[in-house]
Amino acid sequence: MSSENTQHEKYYVPDSSIWPLIGAIALGLIAFGAAHYIIEWSNEEAGFGHWVLLAGIVVLVVMLIGWFRDQINESHQGLYSEQMGRSYRQGMSWFIFSEVMFFLAFFGALFYTRMIAVPWLGGASNNAMTGEVLWPAFEAIWPLTTTPDGRETQAMGWGLPFINTLILVTSSVTLHFAHHGLEHGKRGALKLWLALTIVLGLIFLSMQMYEYVHAYRDLGLTMQSGIYGNTFFLLTGFHGMHVTLGALMLIVMFFRVLKGHFNKENQFAFEASVWYWHFVDVVWILLFVFVYII
Amino acid sequence: MSTVVDTHHEHDDHHDHKPTGIKRWLFTTNHKDIGSLYLLFSFLMFFAGGTMALVIRAELFQPGMQIVDPHFFNQMTTMHGLIMVFGAVMPAFTGLANWMIPMMIGAPDMALPRMNNWSFWILPFAFIIMLSSMLMPGGGPAFGWTFYAPLSTTYSTDSTALFVFAIHIMGISSIMGAINVIVTIMNMRAPGMTYMRMPLFVWTWFITAFLLIAVMPVLAGVVTMVLTDKYFATSFFDAAGGGDPVLFQHLFWFFGHPEVYIMILPSFGIVSAIIPAFARKPLFGYASMVYATAAIAGLSFLVWAHHMFTTGMPVFASLFFMYMTMLIAVPTGVKIFNWVSTMWRGSMTFEPPMLFALAFVILFTIGGFSGIMLAITPVDFQYHDTYFVVAHFHYVLVSGAVFSIMAAAYYWLPKWSGFMPDEGLAKLHFWCSVISVNILFFPMHFVGLAGMPRRIPDYALQFADINAIVSVGAFLFGFSQLIFLAVVVKCMAKKGQAAVAKPWEGAEGLEWDVPSPAPYHTFDTPPKIEAPIR
Repeated sequence: MSSENTQHEKYYVPDSSIWPLIGAIALGLIAFGAAHYIIEWSNEEAGFGHWVLLAGIVVLVVMLIGWFRDQINESHQGLYSEQMGRSYRQGMSWFIFSEVMFFLAFFGALFYTRMIAVPWLGGASNNAMTGEVLWPAFEAIWPLTTTPDGRETQAMGWGLPFINTLILVTSSVTLHFAHHGLEHGKRGALKLWLALTIVLGLIFLSMQMYEYVHAYRDLGLTMQSGIYGNTFFLLTGFHGMHVTLGALMLIVMFFRVLKGHFNKENQFAFEASVWYWHFVDVVWILLFVFVYII
Repeated sequence: MSTVVDTHHEHDDHHDHKPTGIKRWLFTTNHKDIGSLYLLFSFLMFFAGGTMALVIRAELFQPGMQIVDPHFFNQMTTMHGLIMVFGAVMPAFTGLANWMIPMMIGAPDMALPRMNNWSFWILPFAFIIMLSSMLMPGGGPAFGWTFYAPLSTTYSTDSTALFVFAIHIMGISSIMGAINVIVTIMNMRAPGMTYMRMPLFVWTWFITAFLLIAVMPVLAGVVTMVLTDKYFATSFFDAAGGGDPVLFQHLFWFFGHPEVYIMILPSFGIVSAIIPAFARKPLFGYASMVYATAAIAGLSFLVWAHHMFTTGMPVFASLFFMYMTMLIAVPTGVKIFNWVSTMWRGSMTFEPPMLFALAFVILFTIGGFSGIMLAITPVDFQYHDTYFVVAHFHYVLVSGAVFSIMAAAYYWLPKWSGFMPDEGLAKLHFWCSVISVNILFFPMHFVGLAGMPRRIPDYALQFADINAIVSVGAFLFGFSQLIFLAVVVKCMAKKGQAAVAKPWEGAEGLEWDVPSPAPYHTFDTPPKIEAPIR
């Protein structure tokens, strides 16, 4: 384990930077604004929440641009080292691990509901009286189309999601080709495959949006329609947000590729975006299996 | 025993220019500055949370309602818990990690210095948001720091969204801090600093960082479900829509139990540094300490439902979680045994850090024993939600985690400030604290076993005497901490005896090879480690 550290270049420690503080202000504004916006929205009263939230998002975008600009400049000045590249890659890997654990919370909620909460409401285990006394008409099935208190919905089919699965898996393959192009100096192939990946990602997102409209308009499947709709919307919704973030990362990478950034040795940002994209792809496959199919 | 060649001190002087004024603290990327910021923030929060505890104890001094109304009382218990967990103990450990880990492993700084500053500066904003919720109509969070549904959903005040988003950004801060620590340890060790040569403080933080990255996202998930249940009519924790309030407890404690080890594992590292230094013997059983820490962390994922024995789980689940919990006593026992064995036939002296470390070993063990009592499912039906639980976790968190933080402060203050902590005041602080902490928390065991519930502003008459004693202990303990403040302020004001590079005779580790106070930049060029430093 020490052999990898035998050659030590000087580790670049930036002198000072305004961006972390700006980032903290941005997150503070977003949290404060979003909370007040939700409170005002639920009370149906006018307020300042959405303005603070908007300001926070603007500050966050400014911060991201400024911070990444500094990093790219430093990289182009040759201040980075192989050791620092390892720091970034390990950091990104642990970040993706934290995202896995975030999704685990929602998958955990799904499994608990399906295997324990809903059957128990229907009288399984030692809960025979629960059903009899509270909700005698309740039937424990999944998808839970009728809640104990009688709200009804229809289950989401898996035809459209199946096409979406193919699209997302294909996009992971095309992105791998793009990466391969970068590794072998084929810039044309890199641009082409990367652009195709972004297009596939955007198609996926539009199909998801269409599916949400379909759920709300045709199936009566909403956030209010009980635990089936809740697990469905939070799992697919957070996944969709992650795909959006991944697509934004890839779009930024595309423009950086056009500007001639990245080569075989210097490509951390590109690699990180690729890892992130593969991660959202894997999450989708689990989603497809556990939310739609089984 | 430490064999360090080529530490390049002359480089340190050469590079030791630091920015001045407020900008130094706002824009810093220096691990020592950020460590100081974390520690000072944690100190401030310690007094804020402590003041709330005194409000609670003032109300409970006598039966009946005297000082505050029940809703405000509930806000005090809630905010006291949240502030002490997320504002005092965790940032204190992160501050210690920032200051010490790079110096202990011979790194020039943390691996990701800018993100380090981001992690810190999120915290003040998170706590401003959380505290501001108390000014909202209806008041702030009043559902306990565990925010069980439906208390936090159906029955909570309007301001709950502020609590949720404050927790969100606090979690982002913790995750980024933990990623920084784990990457620093994996990637920034000096040549020759192999994993099994790392000081135990580094090892325990390595494992703590893993726990943080694994469970903080789960907390984010569960607060999100609380948010949607409260404001968007979802039914995660509502049986009428097919959900289950018990699901909340499963998710929360899947975070919550590793979380309590997040608040104690770095303590183990601190005590494992201090006891060998003042017993003048190498740590007994270094490798077993590492494996025990890893075992505790692994088991922490398999014991969460011991907080939920009274929810009506199937007997099989109760038994599983009971035995898993008891299993944790084994690696913890290994640690206690090793600390005692380290002291065995050592030439001991009792400077302030050692006093606090010794109090830690004894009082944390008492907290551990009451933990084993609580782990026994059938008897937990009696103890559950009583003051016995309060006594248990305050023994492990106050006379455990907080005492270890104080021990660490006395141990490393010479390195941070360049001045020795005032020994007379420090010893006065120790004796006042260790006596009052027992007056404060030990009698809680008795009222708990007698059936006094937690989180109530009023209680039955038969608990009056013991509650009066507990409240007196609380005020004594609270005001004793002003002595600690005085010691720290004195060091920061550069008063007292100047510290040499290695002020403690038996101390080991790279941090004692650099001058006191530590130069702004240390180990620009990594030292080469050729033998274990223990």
